[in-house]
Amino acid sequence: MNILVCLSQVPDTTTKISFSSDNKELNKAGVQYIINPYDELALTKALELNEASGGGSITVVHVGGADAEPVLRKALAIGADQAVRIDTAPMDARQVAGEIAHFVSSASFDLVLAGRESIDYNGGLVGGMLAEYLDWPLVNVATSIEGGAGGSMIVCRDMDGGREKLEVNLPAVITCQKELTEPRIPNMRGIMAARTKPLQVLAPQGKGADMHVLDHALPPSRQACQFFGVHQMNELVEALHQQAKVL
Amino acid sequence: MKILVYAEQQDGQLKKSALEAVSFARQSFESLGDLNITVLLGGQVDTQAAADLGLYGANSVWMPSENILNTFEVHLHSLAIQQALAESGAEVLVMAHTYCGKSLAPRLSVAWDAVLAAGVNGIPECAADGSWKVQRTVYSNKGIASYAVSGTRRILSFLPNALKPVECGSPCSVTPWNVSVNTGAARTRSLELQKVQGKIPLTEAERVISGGRGLKGPEHWHLIEDLAEVCDAATACSKPVSDMHWRSHDEHVGQTGITIKPDLYIAVGISGAIQHLAGVSSSKTIVAINTDQEAPFFKVADYGVVGDAFEVLPQLTQAIRRLRKG
Repeated sequence: MNILVCLSQVPDTTTKISFSSDNKELNKAGVQYIINPYDELALTKALELNEASGGGSITVVHVGGADAEPVLRKALAIGADQAVRIDTAPMDARQVAGEIAHFVSSASFDLVLAGRESIDYNGGLVGGMLAEYLDWPLVNVATSIEGGAGGSMIVCRDMDGGREKLEVNLPAVITCQKELTEPRIPNMRGIMAARTKPLQVLAPQGKGADMHVLDHALPPSRQACQFFGVHQMNELVEALHQQAKVL
Repeated sequence: MKILVYAEQQDGQLKKSALEAVSFARQSFESLGDLNITVLLGGQVDTQAAADLGLYGANSVWMPSENILNTFEVHLHSLAIQQALAESGAEVLVMAHTYCGKSLAPRLSVAWDAVLAAGVNGIPECAADGSWKVQRTVYSNKGIASYAVSGTRRILSFLPNALKPVECGSPCSVTPWNVSVNTGAARTRSLELQKVQGKIPLTEAERVISGGRGLKGPEHWHLIEDLAEVCDAATACSKPVSDMHWRSHDEHVGQTGITIKPDLYIAVGISGAIQHLAGVSSSKTIVAINTDQEAPFFKVADYGVVGDAFEVLPQLTQAIRRLRKG
């Protein structure tokens, strides 16, 4: 299959978050960027699907600046065949989805995989918007993906209060959840090969954003912890009942 | 202002988020005056339950006449909502940021060409020029971002548990509503549904009891489950616990798991790594139980117990049982 994997770069999960002095953006000093963990699962699943069927090609696409090229090279080292970067600084999910949709309609992909959300802005919107722009079916939050009969896919997805197994025809957009697979660590051969794999930079279509960040803030700090001894459970329960009013 | 609220149901029962959605719309826009809230039910439910949405601020409720929406298929529901948006003349669509909402809202924002404010954590501040200021958590709860929202069509999806439904009115009329969408528009075929029986869904739960490596093995989880049972709580776990397959991954709360904001979060034997705290720090009240008094969890907890889970949990369960009986 020709599979497109949507990739974003995010601060490493151990990052202590702080904002610039005007609170307009993240304080990037010392921040390590990684492939968004859910996108990394999408990439690994794409490799597994093509290894099982013995053919096809995998393209990774990122909408953003040149600072993301190290993570695109990492994706190539993990096993993607080519990378595409759409050169703009997107402000919201609709802008990202619009740019990717434009790219997809100029190519021929059977399947688009994306993470279920990015762990920076946590929107979880790009997959759904992209599916609507393309008029393709959407399966959100997939925990397993297998090839089905006659060009369809069998997908398990998380839902409110349970899980559903369903069949979807290709082409489709599927977003990826934990449990789908385990990420792969690139080996030396992959890292060497990644240097010469194509990384194409495309001009943006120029779609604007709907949502504009006014400012950022850190979550309000919490009150100091009130300690109870191991044999003071009645007192703790009383505090939860009377003071916090949560029991 | 005309508002359409999409209210979720499951197996003919309105979900908790349905009440929250109606109340969210009412509380958000009441001050603007001349508010008309129409509720589209995402499937057929009991007529009385539907009428009672009026208690939370609905002006009218549309009950699908056909059973086509009773099970959730994102493409059918998206088309039905578009039909209801056109018929109601609504300028604003309000829905919950649940799994269903997360699939529907982005599709609808493109299909209806509306500005989408997704996953907001409270009611918007409405400015005189008609724009809204909304807040949502970013960087997995490690930050909060404010956004300006304007545009002639808008979709607002809110986090479950973001607000308590408030009674403010009386039961309203329930109108049969003809769904013009047919089953041929479905683009996925459901093969099997596994519903978690008898458990409170984690994202909806008002109380959550969560266990970490300090429990020393899955065979000790009855201590967590007993405590959860006496306080009607959902159970959750830390990442190492789901990675070691002690518990299934859908219980994993944290930065790469589920983000929750219950009234009460009790963390047992979880040290409080930054990734875990990111997923739970919006909880209203946090209780940490850990043998290590230096555990980072005590820095964010409201109440702490330095002690062994095996000693603390049975006593805590007993104490809550006594409170609830008394």
